[in-house]
Formats: sequence, C-alpha cells, structure tokens
Amino acid sequence: MALNWTELRMNRNWLGFWFMLPAAAFLIAFLVYPLGLGIWLSFTDARIGTPGKFIGLENYEWIIGDSKFQTAVFFTLLYTFVASVFKFAIGLYLALLLNQNMPFKAIMRAIILIPFIVPTVLSAIAFWWIYDPQFSIISWSLKQLGWIEGNIDFLGDPWNARWSVIFANVWRGVPFIAISLLAGLQTVPPSLYEAATLDGASPWQMFVRITYPLLTPIIAVVMTFSVLFTFTDFQLIKVLTNGGPAGATELMATMSYNTAILGSRIGEGAAVSTAMVPFLLAAIMFSWFGLQRRKWQQGDSDD
Amino acid sequence: MTDPKSTLAGGDESEGMSYLSTLPRRLVTLYLPLSIIVIVLLFPFYWMTVTAVKPKEHLLDLETHNPFWTVSPTLEHINDLLFKTDYPLWLWNTMFIAVSATILSLIASVFAAYAIVRIRYRGAQTAGGLIFLAYLVPPSILFIPLSTVVFQYGLFDTPFALILTYPTILIPFSTWLLMGYFKTIPYELEECALIDGATRWQILWKIVLPLAIPGLISAAIFSLTLCWNEFIYALTFINSTEKKTVPVAILSAFTDGDQYRWGSLMAGALVGSLPLVILYAFFVEHYVSAMTGAVKE
Repeated sequence: MALNWTELRMNRNWLGFWFMLPAAAFLIAFLVYPLGLGIWLSFTDARIGTPGKFIGLENYEWIIGDSKFQTAVFFTLLYTFVASVFKFAIGLYLALLLNQNMPFKAIMRAIILIPFIVPTVLSAIAFWWIYDPQFSIISWSLKQLGWIEGNIDFLGDPWNARWSVIFANVWRGVPFIAISLLAGLQTVPPSLYEAATLDGASPWQMFVRITYPLLTPIIAVVMTFSVLFTFTDFQLIKVLTNGGPAGATELMATMSYNTAILGSRIGEGAAVSTAMVPFLLAAIMFSWFGLQRRKWQQGDSDD
Repeated sequence: MTDPKSTLAGGDESEGMSYLSTLPRRLVTLYLPLSIIVIVLLFPFYWMTVTAVKPKEHLLDLETHNPFWTVSPTLEHINDLLFKTDYPLWLWNTMFIAVSATILSLIASVFAAYAIVRIRYRGAQTAGGLIFLAYLVPPSILFIPLSTVVFQYGLFDTPFALILTYPTILIPFSTWLLMGYFKTIPYELEECALIDGATRWQILWKIVLPLAIPGLISAAIFSLTLCWNEFIYALTFINSTEKKTVPVAILSAFTDGDQYRWGSLMAGALVGSLPLVILYAFFVEHYVSAMTGAVKE
C-alpha cells in the first residue's frame, strides 16, 4: 500500500514535470537566462559585436557620475510618482462614477477602455500631432478663446515636455485602473451601504469607512502593476520626445536603449537597465504584502 | 474565488440606492464629470480620424478651415498608405507574429496552469509563484541581453526573434488567468473520468478545456493585444523594413522631413488600431475579465 502511494506520487511529479516543460523552457531560455546575462553584461565592457571582458563595477561608477544618468533617474522617479498619483486619483474617481446606475452603462465601460486597447505607439503618434509646436489643436483652441497669444511649445521646452509626456501617460493608464477598480467595487456588498445609510452616514463617510478599506487589496495589486509599467515605460517617450529636449524627458529605459543599441555600448546600457531592478523589487515587495493581506482578509486557505 | 463574469454583470439590474439622489444633482455629480473624462479619453482618436481624412492642403491651414471638422473628407491618405507603401506587409507581419506567439503561449500555458492547479506535483505552489514573478519582469530590462541571445541563436532580423520572445510576456499572464478558470471546474468531473479510465491527457482535452473556453478566449485576445502593442523587442530585434511590425514601421517610415506626413501618420495609426478595436468590440466582456481576472487572482 505504502509502495503504491509513493509510486503514484512519483508518477504525479513526473507528469507535472512534463506538463510544465513547454512553459518552463520558454521562460528559462528567454527570460531567466537573459535576466542573468544582463546582470553579467553590466559588469563587462561588451560592445555590439565584441563579447567584452569583466571590468567590475566600472560601468556603475561611470554612470553614477554621469549627469545624464542622474537626470534620467530623477525624471523616471518624477514621471512614475506624478503619473501614478494622477492615474490612481482619476482612475478611482472614474470607477466610482461608473459604479453608479445610469443608462448605457455597459457601453460607457466599453468606450472607457479604448485607450488601453489601442497600441501605445499609435496613440502616442496622435499625441505627437496634438502637441505639434506649430499646428497643435490645443494651442489653436486656446488662441481662439483668447487665453494665450502665441503657440505653446509642448515638447520643445524641458518642463513643458515633462508635463506633456506625463499627461499622455496618465491618459493611457487611467482606463486600466478604472476598470480594474470597478471590478473590485462590484464585489462590495450593497447591504453595507444600505446599513450605513440607515445609520445616517454621509457619502464621504461611506467611502472612507466602507469602500476604501474593502478596496485596498485590489488597489495594492493594480497600483503595483501600474507603478511597474510606468517606471519601465519606453514607448511613449521614444515616440513623443526621444528623451529630448536635451535629455529632459530621458527615462532609464530609453537611456539604456540609446546607450546599448544606438551607442553600441552594451555593457554600459546593461548597467543602466540593471539599475532599475532595485526599484522593481521594491514594487514587488509592495505587491506581495498587498496579496498576503487579501488572503488573510478572506480567510482563504492555501489552495 | 469570484467568477470574473458575474462581477461585471452583477449589480446592473437592481436600482440600488440611486433613488436617493435627484436628477439635477446627478447631472452635476455624475454626468458632467463623466462626459468630461470620456471626451478627453476619446479626443485623440477623434483627432486621429479627422486628420486621416482631411485633404492635404487643409492639414496645416488652421485659419481658413475650422480644424475640428472637415467638409471635404478624402481617402487619399489611406489610399496612399495601402497602395504606395509596404503597409499591408507590415500589417501582415504584425498579425502573423501576434497569432503565432499567442498560439505557442496558449499551449504552454494550458499545460502549466493545469499542472499547477490539478496535478499538484511537488513544488506546484512555488512554480505558480515563480510564474507570477516572471509576469513582473518588464521587457525594458530584458531587451539588451535578449538582443545578444537572439543574435547568438541566429534569430536576429527574423520573425522568430519576436515569435519566440513574446511568449515570455504572454505565458505568465495566460497561466495565471487559466489557473483561475481551472480552479472553478469541479473536481468531481475529473474524478468520474479517472474512474472511467480516462488518462490525464483525455481529461484535459475532453473535459477541462471545453469548460474553460471563456478563459481561453480571454487569454487569446488579450495576448493578441499585448503582441500588437509590443514595441521595444520589435524595434531592437528587427532591422529590415519589410520585416517590421506596424508600430515600429510607421514610426520610421513616415517621420522624414515631409511636412504633410501627418496625414499618412494618422492614417497609419488609425488603420493599425482598427483590427484591435474591432476584435475588442466583439469580445468586450472577455477583455474585461482577462484584465481584471489576472489582477484579482
């Protein structure tokens, strides 16, 4: 009997192994291995075409002293922080609006998600045209209204460019957050609100005491993803400004591309992208504790 | 575990407590802010469409014609795009790569998700956790080492460079989504089949997969969208113009000095988005459950 049991377990483990093999093969060959290789490359002086040799921390020492890298880190943090705060605030507000009863609710939700469906590069091209220095539709409208005299140089001035790309990022990110939080809102039992109303609670009190606490687990997960994707963003900046003017909107991701692929300094570029890892780990830890708390709340066993 | 579909459909029928607020109040607190947000979210697409059908000479002339509207729409830009450039080829490349990568990832994900949820081999929990971690590794930190790997394997500048690397983005996501669906399928069904002498393979193929079709559709269309949207790998691993995907190709093809390029750029962006928007229109509920499902699991 005992023998049969171990045999069955062995069997099960082998079966599991074969079933996992395709996924594991892809992930090891094209994710785990490159991840390790990237860290190794950041310690070498590799260039396109030459493998490079180990040079220790030289790449890191060089980039930390490089003012371009410092600007990129500064703007990456600013971009992530400001865009995430706005995405969260607007996304939550939009989710609360969409959770109310209204005609054509389903169509409304469907429309809201369109910016998320359309490829980022293609909508970024539309923003590029909206931010055109001469023919911007925003400048034209404001001039017609008499609010401004000349055209706004959206992408030519460092701070204008920064706010413009942040706006485009918020625009692109809000639908995802709103629809995910809406799904969370719909799991809140209506009876809680009914009870609170009978007790004379104001809408604000209901939000702070019922909606927000019940929504925290999903907020933690959604915002972790949002922060992660904003921090490692590449597409929007590549299309809109390509890091310009004068490196003002350079993100760490675009800088690593420009260094490694365009500048052919693979080692140095790998160092720039490896420098993103500590930040990502921080975001993952955040997500982990959010998930743990959710399991605890539900009294969910380990299944 | 909540069923991803019921959370969206639920709550629509009942009026809830909305009778407590009056119409003028709702106008200010609900309809007004909602319309402003919707207008801002949709304006870039409206602007894209209007620009794509405007005659060339109206594009840069904001004084004589109201730029928000055009009285003489033209298909000139779209026509140029489809018949004078490689655009159809790029569209085909994008579609081919997206469909191949999606099929590969779905096969791998079905096996992995089934093994984690139902075979429960030793270490299944850990494998699930590791796959979730893989979901959190962004392409921006992988593309430099991957470019050297792709070069070593001789895949550089071939569609396989993308078909084989996209699954690293798609598998973690699809596996998690499918794990959620597989968990909802009752054990008893599988036990009955096991007693009747079915093999694991038959159980997966004849019982589990048919019941998980909504999950498979969600995973497939969401994967297609992710592939279509992918940019950094396509930009790095593909060099020849005729092998590029739409997002990369239109960026390099129409950004020369031509001052009328806006018409073709907008037409390219519009035509490149349409297949996804059409797909989306047919499968809205699946999209939403894919998006929220993977987050909630």
